[in-house]
Amino acid sequence: MRTEEVDLEPDEGEVLTLHARLGLSDDEYRQIIDGLGREPSRSELAMYSVMWSEHCSYKSSRVHLSRFPTEAPWVVVGPGENAGVVDVGEGWLAALRIESHNHPSFVEPHQGAATGVGGIIRDIFTMGARPIALWDSLRFGPLDQPRNRYLFAGVVGGIAAYGNAVGVPTVGGELAFAEHYSDNPLVNVMCLGVLRAEDLVLATSGPPGTIAVLLGAPTGRDGIGGASVLASASFDETSLEKRPSVQVGDPFAEKKLIEACLELYRRKLVVGVQDLGAAGLSCAVSEPVSRSGHGITVDLDRVHTREPDMTAPELLMSESQERMMAFVHPDRVDEVVEVARRWETEASVVGEITSSGNVVVSHGGEVVVDVPARSLTAEAPRYQRPLGEPGWMEDLWSNTVKFVAQPAIATGLLQLLAEPELGSKAWIYEQYDYMLFLNTVVGPGHDATLLRLKGTDRGLALTTDGNGRVCYLDPRRGGARLVWEAALNVAMVGAEPLAVVDNLNFGNPEKPEVMWQFRETVEGISEACEALGVPVVGGNVSFYNETDGLDIYPSPVIGMLGLVEELIWPPPRLDRADAEMAIYLVGNEWAPNLAGSAFEKVTFGHVGGRPTGPDRAAGRAAVIAARRLAEAGTPVLHDVSMGGLALALAEICIASGVGASVAYSDWRFLFSEDPHRFVAVAPAAADHTISAVCSEVGVPFLRIGTMGGDSIVFDRGGVRAAVDLSVAVTAWRTALPEHLRN
Amino acid sequence: MTKVAVVLFPGTNCELDTAEALSSLGADARIVWHADSDLAEFDGVVLPGGFAHGDYLRTGAIARFSPVMKSVAALAEAGRPVLGICNGFQILCEAGLLPGAFIANRGLSFLCKWVDLEVADQGSMLTSGLQPGTHLRLPLNSYEGNFVAGSTAARVVLTYRDNINGSDHAAAAVANEAGNVVGVMPHPERASADWLGSADGNLLLGSFLQAAS
Amino acid sequence: MAITRRPEIADPEGATVKKALTDLGYNEVRTVRFDRSIILDLEENDATRARDRAVEMCNRLLVNPVLEEYTVEVET
Repeated sequence: MRTEEVDLEPDEGEVLTLHARLGLSDDEYRQIIDGLGREPSRSELAMYSVMWSEHCSYKSSRVHLSRFPTEAPWVVVGPGENAGVVDVGEGWLAALRIESHNHPSFVEPHQGAATGVGGIIRDIFTMGARPIALWDSLRFGPLDQPRNRYLFAGVVGGIAAYGNAVGVPTVGGELAFAEHYSDNPLVNVMCLGVLRAEDLVLATSGPPGTIAVLLGAPTGRDGIGGASVLASASFDETSLEKRPSVQVGDPFAEKKLIEACLELYRRKLVVGVQDLGAAGLSCAVSEPVSRSGHGITVDLDRVHTREPDMTAPELLMSESQERMMAFVHPDRVDEVVEVARRWETEASVVGEITSSGNVVVSHGGEVVVDVPARSLTAEAPRYQRPLGEPGWMEDLWSNTVKFVAQPAIATGLLQLLAEPELGSKAWIYEQYDYMLFLNTVVGPGHDATLLRLKGTDRGLALTTDGNGRVCYLDPRRGGARLVWEAALNVAMVGAEPLAVVDNLNFGNPEKPEVMWQFRETVEGISEACEALGVPVVGGNVSFYNETDGLDIYPSPVIGMLGLVEELIWPPPRLDRADAEMAIYLVGNEWAPNLAGSAFEKVTFGHVGGRPTGPDRAAGRAAVIAARRLAEAGTPVLHDVSMGGLALALAEICIASGVGASVAYSDWRFLFSEDPHRFVAVAPAAADHTISAVCSEVGVPFLRIGTMGGDSIVFDRGGVRAAVDLSVAVTAWRTALPEHLRN
Repeated sequence: MTKVAVVLFPGTNCELDTAEALSSLGADARIVWHADSDLAEFDGVVLPGGFAHGDYLRTGAIARFSPVMKSVAALAEAGRPVLGICNGFQILCEAGLLPGAFIANRGLSFLCKWVDLEVADQGSMLTSGLQPGTHLRLPLNSYEGNFVAGSTAARVVLTYRDNINGSDHAAAAVANEAGNVVGVMPHPERASADWLGSADGNLLLGSFLQAAS
Repeated sequence: MAITRRPEIADPEGATVKKALTDLGYNEVRTVRFDRSIILDLEENDATRARDRAVEMCNRLLVNPVLEEYTVEVET
């Protein structure tokens, strides 16, 4: 289907085909007719099609998402608003949200990623918060394919171009590659904002008589039908022809919109705001009134436009970027318009809140839409899609590598270091402004980024975790492990895990296997969050990540916000190890398991076996021990995750510019990615501190070696495998640039 | 107290950081709007970093027509210190208050990175407190950071020790003839505390404030 | 080759520059659009073949069909 050819003014008798072309099923079309008691007008059909799309309605996922634990004393706003909001102390709140822009980034990587950044930033400042940090989680196909290199460079360039210019620093990220993402890259962006408690703004319409003011960029024919066509349908050979739907981002317009809105909030000039994202005006007029139980009249003739002669369906469906709907008391409208003018952004009075409960839209003097607001939102279809455990799970679990001899340790480590997924990400983050606002205490390249909360002694830690291989091999264990890993990551910089946002990237939900993976993942995430006592405050679901019938790995991404009540100076960092310091492995002693590990993938091209599941008690103990060790001044703390102990140690050596020597008994310990473990490096004199903390918390620890020398040495009863530090540095530094040069 | 104007253009984003760094050094730093500012009451002015007017057309090309630029020129004429940081440097060049222009970095990508600098000339208000040869560590954060001197002789006051963006004369900071107007491409305000990675930027901002007082 | 933005695609740079021109008093400016031209010198004497090759280059590399359209002119 070529979207630009969607004829929104069909001849009589073609209406049935029109709803199908807009992505509505016959059943859904009948539901509209039953609800209205008549056939919908074309404009109404346009609104239903975007509001009932998978992307906007969560119709396949909603029944499962209610499983998430969402409550905690510090939760101010939970899921359902534009962003989750938590109390971070001293009158400050933090707003957090994650969103995907997977499909648009495949169609046009630069603009797709850029507008993804713009969208997530709007979700944050819609809450009254100043956006202070971005974090991205990216998945691509292998870089040996030219198209994947094009997509990769385009996405990184788009994030840089938009994020840098809009003035929100990109403080970290996460990256992985697998064949499954070749024709379906994942671009997930998380944004953090901060606000004073009294400045919180909700997406509410206010009482009848409240005026709706459309702020920001003019409306054009951008992304018409994007919500239903781009985000909710699978890719196939024709998808490249869908290109005209792509929106163009304007970070300058967004920057002005941010400053204008923050001034509106500061001066208490608005009752509520709603940003215009997917489903554009349709969503912005219906969701807030649906929440408040009111109605609205909208005059499309008053919408400021970029192009002449736009039809009512086009105006309602347009996804033009950098727009915001403000709900304003009638007495304050002039002041709102004046603030917008000062920030050189446009403002149009487009509607008024009514008590009718209906969304009534007129165009050219005629009423073109008159439907109950709730029919577009709360009463959208919900599906209990069939689910079933895939027949392949048993085979996957029994498909393990049988090692007949110990593989070459040094070669294995060097191979891992040279993988673009595991090597240095400097090529990416040096293209991002990660320092703006002078908050970045621990920057990109660490387990978590640590930001100061300006005006306090507090710190906010931010990370995301994803692991397609492990989630594929066991979605429930995988989903849970991501939460545990994210919690341990923020603990590495001394933070207490506070809130989770999730981005659930999955294949086609109409396949029972995919729905089973989805349900299992939600269950795993929920179990881990409950065990940690950390609420889910928001999330995003991206389905239909498949190309030509091949679904992506189940790819949940867990975003975690952590709180440090009193910043530790200097904080633990990877580059603070020094010769003579002792190296400890802290955490649970598992029977080593290589299922789903980077080592098996990189060395043998193997993905199989059943990964180790998390352990509540061990998980909690590891997180607590890490935080205590950070508070005790331990110079280096580093999570053992992808690449195992060997890679974690190598990363410390590379960052600190000093070698290390460690003893091991079973080589699999070096590469296993079993959860709840981390490396601590500390002066020998701190030995009693380490042992005191670990014993008190009840977490096993082992002194495994000493920093020093100019190579990384693994010693098993006098048999030594060594990697020259300078060789390791080169392999690690060039991993990404080398693969991009091909 | 030394009163410094930090000019906010639409698209500027380093105004808060710059004002914070100056305030922490004891200045009375005020953020002023580009369209309605008379700077006569100020002892000095800073054009901070960011993307004024979206960096559209050419960086700084539109900003130089902002009403505030007449006041900036008047301050410069009067011998008061005028400092452009990053995007502010580009604006000063477009406005003709400093020689030269900027093109994209040699590697054709945006660079956010710590760089080592060397003081080349202490005869400017930014470097007057520093011995030539002094090394400083500051963050660079620009796409069009590659300085092109053109035909006029540029008075280079700071150089990159490793000329990462390909600037003529490895110039990281350039002054006018009189030394009271200086543009610096790396960000001194981002090196204003040890916990940010370096406090070397305070040496430069302190020098600026000295000249303003 | 003249490469122009598709008319339905937003041009933020053009819109910003139009505003700047209006602010400077050039009120007659209706629209500003940023387009690109690429000039190639080909080792090819046959104008038709040269055009075909240029069109191919546009389609494969020089033009982003998401955002842009193009026309090719051949001078001999």
